[in-house]
Amino acid sequence: MILSEDVVDKGGVAMEYVVEMQKIRKEFPGVVACDDITLQLKKGEIHALLGENGAGKSTLMSILFGLYQPDSGSISLGGKKVNISNPNIANDLGIGMVHQHFKLVHNFTVTENIILGIEPTRGLMVDTDSAAKRIKELSEKYKLNVNPHAKIYDISVGMQQRVEILKMLYRSADILIFDEPTSVLTPQEVQELMKIMGNLITEGKSIILITHKLKEIKAIADRCTVIRRGKHIGTVDVASTSGEELAEMMVGRKVSFKVDKNKMESGEVILSLENLSVRNIHGVLGLKNFSLDICWGEILGIAGVDGNGQSEIVESLLGLKKVESGRILFRGMDITNLPIRERINKGLSHIPEDRHRDGLILDYTLEENMILMVYYQEPLSRNGLINWDKVHQYGEKIINDFDVRAGQGSSSLARSLSGGNQQKAIVGREIDRDPDLLIAVQPTRGLDVGAIEYIHKRLVEQRNRGKAVLLISLELDEILDISDRIACINNGELVDIVNADETNENEVGLMMAGIKRGATA
Amino acid sequence: MKIKFNNEYFLSLIAVVLGLIAGSILMLVAKSNPVEGYIYLFQGGTMNIERIGNSLATATPLIFTGLSVAFAFKTGLFNIGAAGQMLIGGLCSTAIGLTFAWPKPILLIVMLLAAMIGGGLWGALPGLLKSKYNVHEVVSTIMMNWIAYWTVYYTIPAYFKGQFLETESRRIPYEASLKVPWLTDLFYGSYINLGLFLAILFVIIIAFILNKTTLGYELKAVGYNRHAAETAGINVNRSIILSMVIAGALAGLAGATFYVGYASNMQIGVLPSHGFDGIAVALLGANSPVGVMVSAIFFGLLHTGKGFMNAMTSIPPEIADTIIATIIYFSATSILIQRNWDKLKKKLGGAK
Amino acid sequence: MLSVILLIFPYAIAFTIPLLITSLGGLFSERSGVVNIGLEGLMVIGMFTGAIVISQLEFIYPGTAIWIGLLAAFIAGAAFSLLHAFACITLNANQVISGIAINMMAGALTTFLARNITGSGNIQIVHGMARQNINLLSDIPILGKLFFTTSYSTTWLVLSILLISWFVLYRTAFGLRLRACGEHPHAADSAGINVYVMRYIAVMISGAFAGLGGAIVIVTYSGEFNGTAAGLGFLALASLIFGQWKPLGILAATLFFGFASTVANVSQVIPLLAIIPGILLKTFPYVFTLIALVLFSKSSQAPKAAGEPYDKGKR
Repeated sequence: MILSEDVVDKGGVAMEYVVEMQKIRKEFPGVVACDDITLQLKKGEIHALLGENGAGKSTLMSILFGLYQPDSGSISLGGKKVNISNPNIANDLGIGMVHQHFKLVHNFTVTENIILGIEPTRGLMVDTDSAAKRIKELSEKYKLNVNPHAKIYDISVGMQQRVEILKMLYRSADILIFDEPTSVLTPQEVQELMKIMGNLITEGKSIILITHKLKEIKAIADRCTVIRRGKHIGTVDVASTSGEELAEMMVGRKVSFKVDKNKMESGEVILSLENLSVRNIHGVLGLKNFSLDICWGEILGIAGVDGNGQSEIVESLLGLKKVESGRILFRGMDITNLPIRERINKGLSHIPEDRHRDGLILDYTLEENMILMVYYQEPLSRNGLINWDKVHQYGEKIINDFDVRAGQGSSSLARSLSGGNQQKAIVGREIDRDPDLLIAVQPTRGLDVGAIEYIHKRLVEQRNRGKAVLLISLELDEILDISDRIACINNGELVDIVNADETNENEVGLMMAGIKRGATA
Repeated sequence: MKIKFNNEYFLSLIAVVLGLIAGSILMLVAKSNPVEGYIYLFQGGTMNIERIGNSLATATPLIFTGLSVAFAFKTGLFNIGAAGQMLIGGLCSTAIGLTFAWPKPILLIVMLLAAMIGGGLWGALPGLLKSKYNVHEVVSTIMMNWIAYWTVYYTIPAYFKGQFLETESRRIPYEASLKVPWLTDLFYGSYINLGLFLAILFVIIIAFILNKTTLGYELKAVGYNRHAAETAGINVNRSIILSMVIAGALAGLAGATFYVGYASNMQIGVLPSHGFDGIAVALLGANSPVGVMVSAIFFGLLHTGKGFMNAMTSIPPEIADTIIATIIYFSATSILIQRNWDKLKKKLGGAK
Repeated sequence: MLSVILLIFPYAIAFTIPLLITSLGGLFSERSGVVNIGLEGLMVIGMFTGAIVISQLEFIYPGTAIWIGLLAAFIAGAAFSLLHAFACITLNANQVISGIAINMMAGALTTFLARNITGSGNIQIVHGMARQNINLLSDIPILGKLFFTTSYSTTWLVLSILLISWFVLYRTAFGLRLRACGEHPHAADSAGINVYVMRYIAVMISGAFAGLGGAIVIVTYSGEFNGTAAGLGFLALASLIFGQWKPLGILAATLFFGFASTVANVSQVIPLLAIIPGILLKTFPYVFTLIALVLFSKSSQAPKAAGEPYDKGKR
């Protein structure tokens, strides 16, 4: 492990860092996001910024980009101290950022989005034509393949990301920051992005890559700075550091990637999706003639890039969305048109993707949240009147059984819990009802490693007890770690189903892109 | 929970104080002494038993519209249509009161039920439009207000025309009025009527529904987060419509207590101010039933006292409305007070 | 039939124009992301200011007093709207409630002040705006009679504001940035645009336009301030939604309301229309709006971020 070194070029002459952030400190109410972090970027390098969710990486880069001001510390560009008080100044200094959540106006064109804030004018009017021409030139130079006149709501996620890249290039940025760029891409699109990044480096740019994905760092980064809980842990040369070492720096202890899992004999079919077709939010079919069986005593993982039909599976299964054609058979019964509550009562349970939107009522207390599906049943209520004592007992039991940390026990407001504890509370609520089929969608998103391990353990426990779990996740590692079988979905269609222990990431990646096993790519 | 309540009531108190300060500035503009002005204002509402009765009687419809708005708010909806629901409720009870000659207890019960049903239906339509078509209830309830306005405008002269004036309805007979002799005598002839007891009853009922029943739990869940509620199996569409029906029914009762309680006939061409005042009452009362009752009585005091104040000084009675409006503004922006309060607390806490 | 149209046309236009300018104001505000329910109150502010200024000045400066009054109303509306802007943008208050507070404050305050001044609370102006024929253009057959005779100057003022608004919104950098603030304020922010300032400007424009609209009512068909805008501000809001947040759509919507209202008002005197029950004519615009809201609900073009306070911290 090599720590920060003096910067020397090939001829042995000392040169300045193109960006140097010295001892940056930033506090928000109740949390120190950045605790004296130092980051040094050399010209022409791809520098990874590694840390878990919430470690402080995005905050640090937002400071570099002018969205926040540091409480103390300094930033130097090429040796000269600078004060970046807003994104405009960052742009002027040549710093550009591709955000994790794209900042694109959906009903503007690509051109309008790119020129927003620095519009070229002819008199009083905006000169969209000359801007579009320049954008086309840049797009061709860097092989980005973007249509300047398309509206954002018409183009793919991958292209939207390239629009974000063009935003930076249009402003002649030399220092490019990428914030978790690959979470929305298939493995193949990730390869394309890597190539684009290579092109940018060749043209003289320098890149900071914010990520928590070790494989990508190993694939493309030159050096890596690791951050944990706001603190700078170290800066290493990627080539001479192993993935395990990086993980240990990121988390603070040795991390095991595999969950202990015995081979289970799975039983009869518990859930059958038969030729299911469901529309998505744009009105076109998001799920096309999809068929899938899940058996008792197994964890079936669905792998796929976001937006390829997973939401439609979950919504139609739960009853949130109508089915265009096809059937859903649960424990032998046709539940295709059954109301949501009845499906829940028949043994369906759901850990939602968005815990704040679909999982919890933040302004209710924990116990009020724990009874969301069962408040109308005895002994929690009778004749329309709620027995709050019983409700309190019910809530306390769940938070004790599932290790939920809350200031005032089950009387705490759901809003006051940390993300990890909120998710554990939801998992507790769903598992405590002893469901026959548990649908877990992105169950560990945004959680720290401890919480992730805990939730994976409980999911495997369900399966060991003979129940079924349908796991839908965008984290391929999660799917590979705990699933028994893996189904790959692409463009609303089932590509293939494989046994988890007979496949690997590359194969699944290809399937996620639509290429069946055995076929040539 | 307890601490949260204290905080919200405290903010309401500050808003009131700021509103009163604004009022005193206006009193200065009107070349009057604010201290004098306020003394007359509050005296006007409390000086004698009759005036206390009037304050309570004025407060009664406000309790109902306040409950209506607060209930809708707690369940996630903006009921700007209380004025229209009130008109329809009043129209229904007036119509029954003028048409049927039943003994008082029966007639009153039927009239009150009619008011609840009329108001409830008037609220149901915006509820339906919201749940099925996601039409924002602010605009739809405002439209319903004006439809109610014109409905009353044409219906009263057509079927219930007053003896003397074209612009009002016939007076309701004694059997149809919520006023009762023993009460009126007790308060020396004020406008007080049975509506007050009805209002208190409903404050208790609504508080009970919200805090102790599965219905209240469901409606609040939908109001706080309809997505989580839907995912948990609660019928969101039904809840939205039910909330608006209940809110409409409450406002309908406001119409009954006003038009056949406080007053004895209906005027056309007026959109009752209780509709918007109800929003003020609900906000100030932190959307809780008891808070609504207290705020409504406060507002009743203001409205009753403004006439006396106007007689004793030259301050125009509209000052009461201005004070109320300013109180809402400060209630809405109470976060400023909250922020500064938090800052102050931090400073004091850090000094320790 | 034609004579009926010719007869009611000027009245319909007179009703439409104040509605149009107020609704345009609402357009700017909502496009920037701030819902402004307080248009009604802002119109009242304009009515009051216009009436006061004109009634005080009309004998000293005959003719120009009207324009001074309109300007005063324009400024007063912008100033009063700062209350709404401050509450919603700086304090992140609930925009609907703030708007309602504005309505109540405007109504109460203006009546209070009016009573102080005139005792009755009503302020009348003696000379309203004169109708004029526009030379040359008024000689065009049919169209000339319809559009260019006996028209108010304010009509042409408002229509030019409409055209300018369309241009500003869709062709200038300011308009692009404004629309970005209403659709995706975070995107605007990272493009270096000050979302708060943009929204303040937009709300002030809505106040100014609504104030102007109120004053136009006074100088064209009303002649008297009596403490209320009779729901015109809300109708302007409905027109905004009906017109799907587009300037030309608003023009169509307000024309519709103008004609519907006028028809309802004059139905008694026109035999053709007298058979329709008054209640239907009067409630027709509102019922129609409800129906339109339902029809437009699926494809609503409302600015995506309208109604939500902008919080820099959230990502």
